[in-house]
Amino acid sequence: MKTNLISIALIALITSCGGPQQSGEKSGAKSLSGAIKIDGSSTVYPITEAIAEEFRVDHPKVKVTIGISGTGGGFKKFSRGETDISDASRPIKDKEKAACKENNIEYLSLTVAYDGMAVLINPGNDWVDYLTTAELKKMWEPEAQNKIMKWNQIRPEWPNLEMHLFGPGVASGTFDYFTDVIVGESGKSRGDFTASEDDNVLVQGIATDKNALGFFGLAYYEENKDKLKLAGVDNGNGPVYPSIETVKNGTYAPLSRPIFIYISSAAVKRAEVVEFIRFYLEHAGHLVSEVGYIPLPKEEYSAQLETFNEFAVSYQ
Amino acid sequence: MNNALKNRLIDRVFKYFAILSTLFGLVMLFIFLIDILNQGLSRIDWSFITSLPSRFPGKSGILTALTGTIWVFLLTTIISVPIGVAAGIYLEEYGKKSRMANILEINISNLAGVPSIIYGILGLEIFVRIMDLGASLLAGSLTLALLILPIIIVATREAVRAVPKTIKEASYALGATKWQTIWRQVLPVSSGNIITGIILALSRAIGETAPLIVIGALAYVPFVARTPMDEFTVLPIQIFNWISRPQKGFIINAASAIIILLAFVFIMNGIAVYIRYRTQKKIKW
Repeated sequence: MKTNLISIALIALITSCGGPQQSGEKSGAKSLSGAIKIDGSSTVYPITEAIAEEFRVDHPKVKVTIGISGTGGGFKKFSRGETDISDASRPIKDKEKAACKENNIEYLSLTVAYDGMAVLINPGNDWVDYLTTAELKKMWEPEAQNKIMKWNQIRPEWPNLEMHLFGPGVASGTFDYFTDVIVGESGKSRGDFTASEDDNVLVQGIATDKNALGFFGLAYYEENKDKLKLAGVDNGNGPVYPSIETVKNGTYAPLSRPIFIYISSAAVKRAEVVEFIRFYLEHAGHLVSEVGYIPLPKEEYSAQLETFNEFAVSYQ
Repeated sequence: MNNALKNRLIDRVFKYFAILSTLFGLVMLFIFLIDILNQGLSRIDWSFITSLPSRFPGKSGILTALTGTIWVFLLTTIISVPIGVAAGIYLEEYGKKSRMANILEINISNLAGVPSIIYGILGLEIFVRIMDLGASLLAGSLTLALLILPIIIVATREAVRAVPKTIKEASYALGATKWQTIWRQVLPVSSGNIITGIILALSRAIGETAPLIVIGALAYVPFVARTPMDEFTVLPIQIFNWISRPQKGFIINAASAIIILLAFVFIMNGIAVYIRYRTQKKIKW
């Protein structure tokens, strides 16, 4: 009885997987070969790497390569037709759109995961519980430079102690995003904070300084829970702490962002690319959380897959 | 205190200052080595060297990064050494002392101080795009060769200049041509210093990340390069990539990869010292 059930389930699984595959697949799945070139954001890299690693098990002859020249650098190559897929931690900019158009490259953007940004303090800090977005703005806006230096300037009941700020380097997508949603303009912030491109340096900095406050990707907090303390963020609807649930259901706003892959229309003419993207969307659900990011709800991945199938068929 | 005593005191103070300065560098290096060995040694085994990159730190390896580094090392040597040494010899032995030569000389010395990422931008435009080599091993090696040429040229010039004039004149006196003098007298004598310069330059090239990332070297390459036209990754990029990951296991992997890179440079230096020793033993005046 039990084996029967399993075999029924298997058959159901096989047929359901077979459905979308037939539309674009001409050759058998096992004999796929060729090369897929991917470049772009180092934030998205761990996800794409995990997908490529698993994809290689099924399709060992397809050579998938991934670069990390950053979201902007990736789009530059993408718009010249040098890559098939671009990893991006922000949506494509108008300038980059124009470059794609100039070279007759059309594209499809797919959301593959969420990245939560955490505001962190030292475990010895017993006065901060949460911060409002207005307080974060007051702390980080350019006007705060050399003026807002103490905790009691943010909230009067907080102690008269120096405040030490830590954040990612100005070239990172994380910094762009944080300043965009908190300060109001991407890339604008005070300059007198400790910046590092290496998030592990920020972890060390906050972990050893009682008066520290910093922000970076949630994945780095997950790995250093014992050394850091999370601060909640209040956007007007009460303080919310970042977690898989609050990022997924959108209540942890505005410090969570979607991350994307962009697929070129020229590339979907090739069966191996089509198969790779399908594989991506079918397996992202569990692989994304394995590498420390937050997956979309299941239905979203199916919806993305449908959008992609339509896109792929229209360029075949 | 008389003058002699005072001088002796200064002498002693300087001696201790010099010892301290030497120790400073050594102690720092020692701390670094202990730290890295402590973190990374346990992770190094055969599978670490023969595995492809993976999302699991424990399954991840450096096969493509290490083979990429060896490829880049060999190609960069083949490209930069003949050009660098020949240019150095020309500037020292053939080139006329003119204003032009002076400007050239200053420029070459200055080039040695240009940030490496600038060479990356140059390489991207010239080798990757105009010469259409793509983000290949050859493009990467050409870029790194450009980066270290000034160092090799300066080292060669200094080595050649150190050869006593009397030796060269004796060679001419016996009827040797300029080429024979350079090939049979000047180069064998100066080869020790030239090789030292080359090794220092190549060690720098092997540790570079920025210019290679700019020309489009990759982070995930699941196959070993077979030709110079293949795409590639190198150890420093792999280390950089691992260090910026949140999981602890990747930090350990990075330390292990650093040990492998250090070992590679040590072996390279060892070979160079041996070659230098062999060539210098042959010199009999």
